[in-house]
Amino acid sequence: MNQHTPDMKGFSRRRFLQGVIGGTGLSVITPSSFAKDPGKTSFANTPSVLVDVTRCIGCRACMRACKNANELPDNTDLSEGFPISWEHQELRFDQWTVVNPSTGANANGDAVTRNIKSQCMHCLEPTCVSVCPVGALTKSELGPILYNADRCIGCRYCIMACPFDIPKYEWHSGLSPVVGKCQFCTRNRLSQGRLPACVESCPTGALKFGRRDSLLFEAKARIDSYPDRYINHIYGEKEAGGTAWLYMSDVPFENLGFKSSVETSPMPPLTWDVLSKIPIVAAAMAGLFGTLAWSLNRQEQSE
Amino acid sequence: MIGWIFIVVCTLSLIGISLCVVYDKRPRFLRHVTAITILCIWAAALWTLIRRFSEGLGAVAGVNDLAPWGLWIGADVFAGVALAAGGFVIAATVHIFRIERFKPILRPTVLTAFLGYVLVAVALFIDIGRPLSWWHPLVMWQGHSIMFEVTWCVVLYSTVLAIEISPVVLERLGLTRLLRLVKATTIPVVIAGVILSTMHQSSLGSLYLIVPGKLYPLWYSPLLPVFFLISAVAAGMCVVIVESFFSAKILKRGLESSLMAALGKAASFILFLYLLIKFSDLAASGAWDLLYERNLQSNMFLLEMLGGVALPAILLSFQRIRNREKFLLSASLLVMAGIVLNRINVSWIGMSVHDQLNYYPTWMEIALSLGFITAGTIIFFLAVHYLPVFPKTEEEPPEAISAGSKTGLMPA
Repeated sequence: MNQHTPDMKGFSRRRFLQGVIGGTGLSVITPSSFAKDPGKTSFANTPSVLVDVTRCIGCRACMRACKNANELPDNTDLSEGFPISWEHQELRFDQWTVVNPSTGANANGDAVTRNIKSQCMHCLEPTCVSVCPVGALTKSELGPILYNADRCIGCRYCIMACPFDIPKYEWHSGLSPVVGKCQFCTRNRLSQGRLPACVESCPTGALKFGRRDSLLFEAKARIDSYPDRYINHIYGEKEAGGTAWLYMSDVPFENLGFKSSVETSPMPPLTWDVLSKIPIVAAAMAGLFGTLAWSLNRQEQSE
Repeated sequence: MIGWIFIVVCTLSLIGISLCVVYDKRPRFLRHVTAITILCIWAAALWTLIRRFSEGLGAVAGVNDLAPWGLWIGADVFAGVALAAGGFVIAATVHIFRIERFKPILRPTVLTAFLGYVLVAVALFIDIGRPLSWWHPLVMWQGHSIMFEVTWCVVLYSTVLAIEISPVVLERLGLTRLLRLVKATTIPVVIAGVILSTMHQSSLGSLYLIVPGKLYPLWYSPLLPVFFLISAVAAGMCVVIVESFFSAKILKRGLESSLMAALGKAASFILFLYLLIKFSDLAASGAWDLLYERNLQSNMFLLEMLGGVALPAILLSFQRIRNREKFLLSASLLVMAGIVLNRINVSWIGMSVHDQLNYYPTWMEIALSLGFITAGTIIFFLAVHYLPVFPKTEEEPPEAISAGSKTGLMPA
């Protein structure tokens, strides 16, 4: 295991790693087994969460629940009751979800404020899993994207490549920093048939857990029933090829600070299309240069 | 603030020392100034290293969650690998294409490349968060990752360079049997080196294929791997010119002027090819219009393309300029600056959102980078001093003898 560095307040690294690495009962599938044949894999069953932005009151109970469930340090003002201030909160390696108010123009052009929860989107075809050189990030059999600190080398390519800028890094650790991001409570709750901590803690029903296809169905039904209330866009349905976290809103997502530059097709093929051709190119070069060197050498010797 | 003043003073001092060498001015205090400057840089670099390994990257570098790769990756690794490309270019020229007149500069070039890769490996060891796990990609395979491929190529190519440069050491130690063994494997080793170099030089560009929404469209292109490879070849050649020039000055030996001019000509061709593909790609992708937006990105792009590519390409296309040592040197330095700027633009300016830079390097990052450059230079000249790197041609012009075949080292 890892070197044991001094524990942070209320946060035991060992427990953290156990949470992340443990759960050996859960087998993981490597990207090679799903990225080759994305068509064959059905994502309809993927455990997902539908976030209805219009229902979120910004109580930040999900932030607190996340910290408790994952034994992350609770060093914010969230430890007791409602937050005492509305300080802006950033995702950190030890803070896997945040809720922040965001003000933007709605369809009528009026500036309105909505509370936006952020966490890992759990892409169906995850960029981070495809770029990780050591398989420290994997897509679990259930669907969520998990991180294994024991494999990680700290290259931070996942942070650089993530289309949603989600993974965060422990910048102030000398030799054993970790990458932190939402694990969808896979090992500590989902695998035991319990809801993710944030969903369970939500008092308003802004978060709804379920199969991806039924959540998409429900979201579309809500939009159809209240076409004046919702915009006709489910963020995460197509972004980065589809994500397990789905958002619906009454304000256009780009006005609320959602990334609008995210491609709608899956990202991993961008590099795989190049990478998969390397063996052929290498073999061709070996043949070409081998023949060239050999024939020029013979020519010289015969002269 | 004091740190930045220190960096500026050290940099000016290094430039001053280089100018003294270029113009053959050797004031009496030059030695002392050189020694003091380098020792100061190394002390600062050591301080940076101690803090990096005890308190983490965040304590010494400006890198953050929005800009996880900073100057150590952009300048030291990306530009370092590109500048070391001369090794495979000259090795292929001599051993595959059999253009034997380049043989006199083969060894110093391969030595430069080898030292370059060693420094890149050290830089990576410092920059990755868990350096003690650096070997994981070699064992825990993840074949869908460009980073995995790059790691393997860099490890293998460093081995290839070590084999290519080993005759220098073996000859010095008089191990003739081992020498003959190495000599027998030269051609396959060189071919492997060319393939590995092609792969990872281009793959450093492929690393950015995954961020179409983040990298500014003036740099993002599906052809990134091609651009990284082509520019590295041109820059590698110019490094050979610069390195030969300074070796000639410092070791007081003749400069292989005709070879240098030939390299300059080849670099000019490659730079024009690069310009052609780059601007066709810009026109085809529609990013051309962004050139007229006078923002940070377009300014940096124009500086890179005009100052670091077009200008030296034009300069090097004139024979009269190529034949004058100092003009050739200046044009080559422009190409080197151009490629460093390109890698910094891709990894930093292009990854920032408009005029808001996502990261500012600290003086400590620059101190360590200067430490790498000075250490590499000093190791190079120590190696040249103690090992038979250059052909022994103090009296005769270098082209007159085929140094390799005379010493029985290189396969004729």
